[in-house]
This record gives sequence, structure tokens and C-alpha cells, in this order.
Amino acid sequence: MKPESEAMTLDLKASVRLTNEVGLHARPSVKLTQSAKRFRARVEVATAAGGPWVDAKSPVKIMRVKALKGETLHFRASGADASQALDALVDLVQRKFGEE
Amino acid sequence: MERVISGLGAAAGIAVGAAWPIHPLSAVARMPGSPGDERAALTDAIHVAAAAINELAAAQSGEAAEMLGFQVAMLEDEALAEGAFAAIAAGMPAHQAWAAALDAEIAGYLAADDPHFRARSSDLADIRDRVLRHLFGLGAVAIRSGDVIVAEDLQPSQFLAVDWSKGGGVALGAGSPTSHVATLARARSVPMVVGLGPSWTTLSGIVAVDGDAGRVIIAPSAATLAETEQRSAARKTAARQAEHRRLEPAVTRDGTRIAVSINVSGVEDIAGFAAESCDGIGLARTEFLAGDALDDEERQFGLYRELVRWASGRPVTIRTLDAGGDKPIAGYTVDNESNPFLGLRGIRLSLRHPDRFGVQLRALARAAAEGPVQVMLPMVTRQDEIDAAGRLLDRTLAELQAAGIAHARPQLGIMVEVPALAFAIGDIRADFLSIGSNDLTQYAAAAARDNPAVAAYADTLHPGVLGLIAHVARHGSAGGRPVSLCGDAGADPRSIPALLRAGLRSLSVPPGLVAATKEAIRAVDLSEERGHEL
Repeated sequence: MKPESEAMTLDLKASVRLTNEVGLHARPSVKLTQSAKRFRARVEVATAAGGPWVDAKSPVKIMRVKALKGETLHFRASGADASQALDALVDLVQRKFGEE
Repeated sequence: MERVISGLGAAAGIAVGAAWPIHPLSAVARMPGSPGDERAALTDAIHVAAAAINELAAAQSGEAAEMLGFQVAMLEDEALAEGAFAAIAAGMPAHQAWAAALDAEIAGYLAADDPHFRARSSDLADIRDRVLRHLFGLGAVAIRSGDVIVAEDLQPSQFLAVDWSKGGGVALGAGSPTSHVATLARARSVPMVVGLGPSWTTLSGIVAVDGDAGRVIIAPSAATLAETEQRSAARKTAARQAEHRRLEPAVTRDGTRIAVSINVSGVEDIAGFAAESCDGIGLARTEFLAGDALDDEERQFGLYRELVRWASGRPVTIRTLDAGGDKPIAGYTVDNESNPFLGLRGIRLSLRHPDRFGVQLRALARAAAEGPVQVMLPMVTRQDEIDAAGRLLDRTLAELQAAGIAHARPQLGIMVEVPALAFAIGDIRADFLSIGSNDLTQYAAAAARDNPAVAAYADTLHPGVLGLIAHVARHGSAGGRPVSLCGDAGADPRSIPALLRAGLRSLSVPPGLVAATKEAIRAVDLSEERGHEL
């Protein structure tokens, strides 16, 4: 695959509501970044559709967002496997990070 | 050869393990190198710290392993040290740059409204100190299950960073049985001995911490170890039995029901604790409302409401700001008092800051709309202080009424800590009374809580102190007025029989000691009471 084609890829977007009790705190943050790191795509997350966006592969930056239960997580991704990455992350959040 | 060092028992029980000395980070220094050297030193320290935590995580399972995994994930994330590396490039030594970057990160967590995020600040403090230790060449504080921490003194955060679920103990050169870290140790049943003096530095190898007798045994003999093992097993059996009956009410042998409520320092303390196993909150401290939260009605209201909702109809006693004494708040308490325990603290300070006090009363009155809230004034000496607080509360209620904000009038009661107030209690008008036995004892026995040298004098079982408690229990409860006790003595199995005989029927204790307190109450037979007049 050529890097140029990745750069040309448009951002794909997805959003999902945080329904687990504790929100995006320590363990969920780690699980989210671990999942995001399995993909080559650049993946970013935000709590508003317009950002500010943070790297979904950085637990430090995700913890700074302090997303709580009931908030909506917005994802945007670009790269060859962006679509699969979004599917995996949305599924993880919907499954409440496998914690409950 | 077995050797014994005597100190003061701060948390009951006995623990045998390898001595693990902790030298304070503030006592060490290092020579910084060039920015390139400093960058390399920090990179190396982060890698070594991450590897050490990984190793620790491998030996753990479940929640402990996941929390250590979180620390590793944070350390391995380059974003964590970005600020530190930038500062190093600008000429700052690695240890200062790292500490500053992590302190900024920690401040962000502490500013969170959500307790889950705030609670994670201790993980970051742990990460910060682990890396600093490597930078200072001190090695990791990788305390293994069952180790005994030996140190001059221990910070609450250092204590909390250790997983105590598989045993271990603490032996301190300084410290006091009434310190915050001692309270934590009792709440988690971690044996602790304090006040060992300078000889704490000689503790090494296998040591036995005997929190019951207040001593540490170095190189215990086979006979000592066998006896220790036996006592430890008996304690565990008793604890299991107590835990089994935690949800049952506390009734003495002769059938007297004793209310057992809990002391909390924040909403973190009720997480995972079933309200059904207690009779409500007997003391919610509000000193955690430092900084901005002192003036933040919404934040306070949110926290108080969380306590009220958790209690589901049980009384929630919230103490108004008890700053001063050994709990200074920058910009609020008075600096350089010659004797802060006898100075401006508690209600004395609150009445001098009516605006701030009003914010807290407003938040409390709003929370009272959701369930029974009891507002408790600390350090009261005279009736006019209660009356002044009552007038302020009236004004607050009128304001809320005018603004159309949901509220209710909370009960207004007091802590009985000042001996002069205790003697006069029959003439004092307040909705409820709660004996703060730690302060009442230090004032009545003239033994400062922060001075380990006089800790043995601060004995709640002194006949004079017990006499004061009996006087308050008898004359304070006239007309059915509730009288409770919320000091350390309430959860001390050695004190409980005497407190009940003195007439108390309500105790408030740390959540972790509810089961053991109830079990100690069940062993008391008040019908055997000797007719003593105190």
C-alpha cells in the first residue's frame, strides 16, 4: 500500500454514547487505546462533534478529556483500515468495555 | 538474635515480613548534567520504572493488575513526558522537569468533578515518585505483598499506593496514632507501630510489627513466629465472622440496640460500601473542599447530594469546614499561631468568614431537600456560636426561598470537643450532639495530638475523659436529643465496652471498621454494669 493513498483518504466518522458507569476513566481508557493501536489508521476521539480531537492511541490524552457516563464519544479516523478501526471502537464502547 | 524496639501501637494486628525502607525523596539531591544527559536520564528512568511496574503487575491479578497496567500504559505514552522533555531542552534538570510535568497532570485530575478521575491522581503520584526514585538512584519502592514498610514517616498517598490485600505492616520512626495515615491503616487493618525514634533506621531483614503491643521485633525467634502465626490466624477467623454479620444490626448481649454509622472524608469512601450495613453517615468531613470548592456552591451541593442519595433515607451528618489545628487551608486559616489547636479553628473561623460559611450552608440546605441532612458545627465552645450559625442558616433558607430553589431546613447540631462545653452540655441548645473523642481527649488530657512524645497521655479511657463522655451522654440526651461519638475510640474494641457503659448508644466509625465494631458491641453485656457514678 502506498502512503500517498492513505493521506488521500478522507476522515471517516462515528459516534457512540458512553453508557458504562464510570465513564472513560483508567481501565476503559487503556482498553480503548489498546484497541485503537491494533489498527494502522490515525484515530482521534472527542466529546463534541467539532472537537477538540485527541489521539485515541494515547491514554494520557484520553484521560485528560475526562469523558463521563452519558456523554457522546465522537471518533474520526483516516487510513486504510479506518473503517474497521471505527467499528471496533464503537463496539468496545457499546459493550461497556467488557466491564459490566 | 531477637531484638525489640518499642513504640506506640497505631493500628492493631501483627504482621511479619521483610523490612522495606523508604527514604524520603525530599532528603536526596542529584547533580544535573547537560540537557542531553538529562534527557537520557529521564528516558532511562521512565523505562526502568515501567519495567518494574510490569514485573509487579505480573505477580498480581484482577483489579490490582489492571491498575498497574494503567500505570504502565501511562508511562509508555510519550505524551506524559512531552512537557518534561521540553523543559529539559530549555535547561531544566530532569527531576525538576519530570516532577513539574506530573504535578500539572495530577492537578488536572484533582480538578475533576468525578471521583473516579480524582482517585486516579494517586496513581499518577505513584508514577511520578517511582521515576524520581530511579533518577535519584534510590531504586523502586516495589513493595511486595507482606513486606513491612519502615520509614521516618509515611504520606497517606504512599500508603494508599500499596496493595495491602495480601498483608504487610508499617513501622515508623516518627508519626502519631492519630495521624491521617494511622487512620487509614486502621481502616484497612494494616498493623502499624509509630514513634520508634531514630532506631527505625536499624530495622532490616525479617521484622514483626506488633500493633497490639506497640513494638517491632527484629529477627524474631521461631517461638515468636509461631505465636505470631497463631494470633494472626485467630484475628483472621474473627474478622471473617464479623464480616459475615456486617449487615445485621449491632445489639449487645442484653438486647440493647447500638446505632453504628460511618465516618467519611469524601464520596470515594462510600464507593462500594452498602448503606444497608450501617445507620447512616455520622461524620462527613468537608476539609477536602480546599481551594476553589470553598466558594463553589454547585460542586458542594453535588457532593452532599451524592452522600444523601447513597444513604437512601438514613441520616447524613455533614460537618461544616473544620479547618485550623492540624488542618491548615492556605489563604483561609491563620499562619504562625503559637498553638493552632487552641486557636482559630472550626466554627471560630467559619463565623469570621460568613460569606464562605454561607456558601456551605446554602449547599447543605439544598441537599437537605433530598433527604435527612444534619449540619454539624465543629469546635463549638459557647451557645452564641450555635445561635449565630442558626441565624446565618435562617438567612440562607430565606434566600433560597426567594430564589425558588429547592431546599429544606437541616438539623443543626454540634461536635462536643471543648471540655468547657461538655461540662455545660445540659444548658446548650442544639438539635443533636456528637462527641469528637480525639479532640475532647487531647484538650481534657492536655496532650497534643501532633506530639508523639505525649501520645500515651491522650487516652480516652482516662477516668476523667470517660467521666466527661458519661456527663454528655446523660445530660445531653435529655428530651431524646441524639448523642453520638465519632472519634477513633468508637472503633477501638478496647474502648467500646467503656463507651457503652458511659451511656452512649450511637457510634460512628470508618467504613472498614463497621463489621469489627458491630462484633465488639455484640460481646458487651450492659446488664453486668456495675452501678458506678461518674
